[in-house]
Amino acid sequence: MSSPARRPTPPGGGVFHVRTQVLGPDDVRRAITRIGHEIAEHNKGLDGVVLVGLQRGGVWLAEALAAALARIEPATPVLWGRLDVSLYRDDIGLRPVVPGAVTDIPVPLDGAHVVLVDDVLFTGRTVRAALDALSDYGRPRTVQLAVLVDRGHRELPIRPDYVGKNLPTSRAETVRATAEGVVIGELVAGEEGPA
Amino acid sequence: MTRAAARHLRSITELGADGIIELLELTDHMVEVNRRPIPKVPALRGRTVVSLFYEDSTRTRLSFETAAKRLSADTMSFSVGTSSVKKGESLRDTVETIEAMGIDAVVVRHASAGVPWQLSQWIDAAVVNAGDGWHEHPTQALLDCYTIRTELGRPFEDLHVAIVGDVKHSRVARSDVLALRALGARVTLVAPPTLLPPSLEGWDVEVSHDLDDVVATVDVAYVLRMQLERQEQALVPTLREYATCFGLTPARAARLPGHALIMHPGPMNRGVEIAPEVADLPRAVITKQVANGVAVRMAVLFWLLGSEPTPSTSGGDE
Repeated sequence: MSSPARRPTPPGGGVFHVRTQVLGPDDVRRAITRIGHEIAEHNKGLDGVVLVGLQRGGVWLAEALAAALARIEPATPVLWGRLDVSLYRDDIGLRPVVPGAVTDIPVPLDGAHVVLVDDVLFTGRTVRAALDALSDYGRPRTVQLAVLVDRGHRELPIRPDYVGKNLPTSRAETVRATAEGVVIGELVAGEEGPA
Repeated sequence: MTRAAARHLRSITELGADGIIELLELTDHMVEVNRRPIPKVPALRGRTVVSLFYEDSTRTRLSFETAAKRLSADTMSFSVGTSSVKKGESLRDTVETIEAMGIDAVVVRHASAGVPWQLSQWIDAAVVNAGDGWHEHPTQALLDCYTIRTELGRPFEDLHVAIVGDVKHSRVARSDVLALRALGARVTLVAPPTLLPPSLEGWDVEVSHDLDDVVATVDVAYVLRMQLERQEQALVPTLREYATCFGLTPARAARLPGHALIMHPGPMNRGVEIAPEVADLPRAVITKQVANGVAVRMAVLFWLLGSEPTPSTSGGDE
């Protein structure tokens, strides 16, 4: 992503240094399968269930969860979309909007059981913004939250319904969660590295 | 409240290719907002945008005000006819009065080139140029680029755009040339010599005086408004002759390549620069330009106002 020179360096910019590998690819795959079973069990099937991945980190996870659910409940088609919450944040101005990550909700959400999906749950502010954004797309019957990693440090009364791994961290650390695994590390000032 | 130096959009040259592309990508988000049942987001709550129009305008002014409202900003509107300008108040006094009420952005249109730069020296708010004299109209150029990008879906480097008509008096043409050249498109100006600027030094464009030479090779025929109020200057012999030589007639429209777009910044003089039936062809994307204008201006306002800390913020998120 390119920004004009006048833009302040985005928070979170810098080089990511890996310190500890917490989960490997197989652990991530198993966690996703387990969360899939929990979602199907909790909602007694997939009728009315819509997975909504939060841009950008939650999108790959929503897609992987949708694939897992298709194996678990082959009779019901799995609906999933993606949601960009940048226009709903309470810290607008502190972080740049991610261009190219446009919201795409495939079905009306009135009466749906929406499962918000994100990679890492931290302060809870992204989820708060997502709850506001969802209400502009309809009135879901329930909204649930699935995350791969809960790293603590909540600033709002938000808790996940489905968790891949609870991971105690310090605020200074950075957590990256992908299909290849979950790593703890830190950002060091410098040129922005690959996301 | 710490406040970063305000950013402005006074000229396309302030953006560069990277800035233009960033705004076009941000516009994708705004188009999605506009497609929703409730096309409104809370992004700019508590911000105030003033439109300061010293010249007549329908689409630009309404477009900016709609854009601000869809981002939940408050809007104030000013028109010269009903203001203290009638009592002889100067531009500087007027804007300083408005700024004293607490504003975050000024959208200004003025008959004199350079007014947006002057304003940005007087006030702290972000200044958006909505047309200054014959000079620039950057948001029009952005919405034109956005429309070309979404309708044709090809890299700008592969496109040939003809800008036809009264280039001399057109701020739209200036901003479009700057934006399209920055993105790498080939641009040909098509006009009689009297309707071209006295010097084209520094304009990285080709020039033709014969529309029939050009139509078969363009991807976009961008038709400019013939400024009827300039007829007394006898820059063209008659409007009928102009329509015959430089108007986009049905015969010329038929010679455009199959995919080519017809664009116009509005308001149109049907029967002068564009034939009535040509303006209604499916490939004439003139109303799409207007619709995209709202989204582009949302992107511009968000880019200007959404990128400085608000007083209420405390600590970031992951």
